[in-house]
Amino acid sequence: MTLRLYVWQRLSAVLMVPLIGVHLATIFYASGAQLSAAAILARTSGSVFWGGFYSLFVCAAAIHGAIGLRSVLADWSGLNPRRADQIMWLFGMTLLVLGLRGVAAVVVA
Amino acid sequence: MNSSIKVTIWRGAQIGSYQSYDVPQRDNQTVLDLVSWLQRHVVPDLAYRFSCRVGVCGSCAMTVNGRPRWTCRTHVSKVVKDGTLKIGPLANLPVIKDLAADMSPFFDQWHRAKGSFVPSAGRHDPMARVKPGSPRRQAADEAIECINCGVCYAACDSVRWNADYLGPAALNRAWTLINDERDGGNDARLKAVSGLGGCQACHSHQTCEQLCPKALNPAKSIAGLKRRALSAFLKGAL
Repeated sequence: MTLRLYVWQRLSAVLMVPLIGVHLATIFYASGAQLSAAAILARTSGSVFWGGFYSLFVCAAAIHGAIGLRSVLADWSGLNPRRADQIMWLFGMTLLVLGLRGVAAVVVA
Repeated sequence: MNSSIKVTIWRGAQIGSYQSYDVPQRDNQTVLDLVSWLQRHVVPDLAYRFSCRVGVCGSCAMTVNGRPRWTCRTHVSKVVKDGTLKIGPLANLPVIKDLAADMSPFFDQWHRAKGSFVPSAGRHDPMARVKPGSPRRQAADEAIECINCGVCYAACDSVRWNADYLGPAALNRAWTLINDERDGGNDARLKAVSGLGGCQACHSHQTCEQLCPKALNPAKSIAGLKRRALSAFLKGAL
């Protein structure tokens, strides 16, 4: 892993620590209060806070996960670094698109 | 004591096979005693390496029942399993013959990690005064006792997976020099240990710490290098 990738992975991890805390608390609250899908959508729809929160979360997770996958592939599969980089970008962009699509679905809806 | 131990030993070079021998068991016998008995009485062409026999030189490390160990300081009674012992050359290194591994890649990594002292003063300058209690000196103290036996290198998963990885010993050495206030080569050294196969390739499995016969903690040194490299990167110095 290059120093640059190392820094991106560590910084995205630091960013995700509080985000995961809020995310889990939200899940516990929503399931504890037995909120319906419609009730959740009513809260998230048009919300700048939740849109911004989960967009940030998706970006951090896509960066962190893609770099982690690259490390696993580089160590365990013997892929050359260039191919590992290509897979990292592909995986990261896929996570990003799928994640942001999910965020849009609950915020823009 | 009349009992014997069934010893399986690697014979050959990169390509070879394990062969079994019966060796008499003695009180307080070390694995090195056992290998020496075999070489003197049964297989005179058995190749292995040792020098001091008392845990000072670091040349007798081998793989004993799957773990890298100093054979001179390992009692047979502590590692024998069901009356058998499997002894091979150190892992993660090419095999020269039988139990003698080629240490060249291990020492090459020391050079790549810039493990040599770079003087920052000349002979006419006053002698450097290093306070024994200073944080940097204490950090160096914790890591300085390495004798280059290669046990950590053979134990390391990251070394096995990544041929470019500098390994625990070389990085541990770099950490002692980075904490040496007399050294003048730290910019180049920090760059060397943050490049291809540098400290960031360590996954902190800590087998180096678990198996180091000197009870050192190279993983801690590597964590120190990671912090130092991260700090330099954020300041734009790397």
